[in-house]
Amino acid sequence: MSTFTMPSLGADMEAGTLVEWLVKPGDKVTRGDTVAVVETQKGAIEIEIFESGVIGELLAEPGQTLLVGAPLARLGDQEINVPAAAAEPEPQPEPQPEPEDPRRVQASAVPAAVPTKPMPAATTGTVLASPAARARAAELGLALDGVVGSGPGGAVLLADVERPEQARQAVTFEPATDRPRGKPGLDLSEMRRAIATAMSRSKRDIPHYYLSHEIDLQSAQDWLTDTNAVRTPDQRLLMGAMLIRATVKALAKVPELNGRFETDSFAPSGPVHCGLAIAMRGGGLIAPAMLDAQEKGLDAIMEAMRDMVARTRTGLLRNSEITQGTITISSLGESGVDALFGVIYPPQVALVGFGAPRPRSMVHDGAVQPRIAVTATLAADHRVSDGRRGALFLAEIDRLLQEPEAL
Amino acid sequence: MTPSDPRAVFIEELIAVAPDLEAATIDDNDHLQNELGLDSMDFLRLVSALHKRFDLPIPESDYPRLASPAKAVTYLVEKLAT
Repeated sequence: MSTFTMPSLGADMEAGTLVEWLVKPGDKVTRGDTVAVVETQKGAIEIEIFESGVIGELLAEPGQTLLVGAPLARLGDQEINVPAAAAEPEPQPEPQPEPEDPRRVQASAVPAAVPTKPMPAATTGTVLASPAARARAAELGLALDGVVGSGPGGAVLLADVERPEQARQAVTFEPATDRPRGKPGLDLSEMRRAIATAMSRSKRDIPHYYLSHEIDLQSAQDWLTDTNAVRTPDQRLLMGAMLIRATVKALAKVPELNGRFETDSFAPSGPVHCGLAIAMRGGGLIAPAMLDAQEKGLDAIMEAMRDMVARTRTGLLRNSEITQGTITISSLGESGVDALFGVIYPPQVALVGFGAPRPRSMVHDGAVQPRIAVTATLAADHRVSDGRRGALFLAEIDRLLQEPEAL
Repeated sequence: MTPSDPRAVFIEELIAVAPDLEAATIDDNDHLQNELGLDSMDFLRLVSALHKRFDLPIPESDYPRLASPAKAVTYLVEKLAT
């Protein structure tokens, strides 16, 4: 018997609002099944269960805002009777030890990876606080009981801890109402806050280096035009899919760009969970990860992109897609500018940027010709790799795109 | 079967790929990418939907003719008449 808790979808997430249950007590679930919809700063997200079992008592009601780590449901190993009201006492969550060593503080401030090991519910002593707030308070040497919480139930949130001392007074927790919405369940100002937190963390902690390389895309474009000419629109490919395929393949040569920097060290990842930056109309962006992209051919990558963009616009993303990325690709598409210099999405260690492909004068076969070209950039983490390796990576992407039929 | 009102169908499918757009605020001369913010995948999903609704091939070379609702309706009417 275990407890299914509110997962963290990033270091900045402190609480989520349960929108609906997709399961009921007695339902059998398999690890990875979606069991609930939770509204977060990144919009409404489908939450996957972290282990297989049978859903027991539901401990939270739709509409409730719960801190990360708060119990949502009990999960049994096998058939269990749904207990009558007040069957057993609320399990007292293990208190999270206050970190003493600054290195450990740093570690716990890194975004929670995957909600397979849910953080203990937020109670140490009597102060209710989110895990992110707790970690930051320890980092700042701040006693949580001296901070006025603005979260649900007076819980101390990250913003409360980071607020300047004189302003660390009570503020009201504003329920999410009457706000501009790009799509249902998405609060753009909350998303902006999430982006600000993640990008500030990136710029503070990650020593970025940047490389830029112009790639001749004419062969790829010609191949794409020929391929699409005989396909119906629903089977056509986008240049974006070719860029992703080439990037994912090139990672095999420079694997130290794919992985996560957590707990003070880099863990390279075998699978490529490739985050795709998708801009939201009205502002903001989200980078859900295409899981196991290394196993996908061009058509499968295209299909996965279609599905992810469609769900970003009109449906729901899943928490594994939000939390498991190992590298991000940001592609400006046809109407953008020439190049983008990315800010790495922590705890990842690299971001690959593609500007808008457009005709440029290039030397080809010894003569200046108009060729479709794209500027590929790499923002990478100097704690993990160096420019020489990064250069090899961009050169490999270039090489792969010269043989589009082999992608 | 071909729908009788190309503009209504076009707007309906446009809203389906970009549900945060409001039909009432879309100007017929809005550029789908620049003004309405469709990215290349949104645009391709729209073309796929129009292909299904109107049973037209819509080759890539015709994409510029779908740049705005006004242009797209002209294009659809023309293609449906031939």
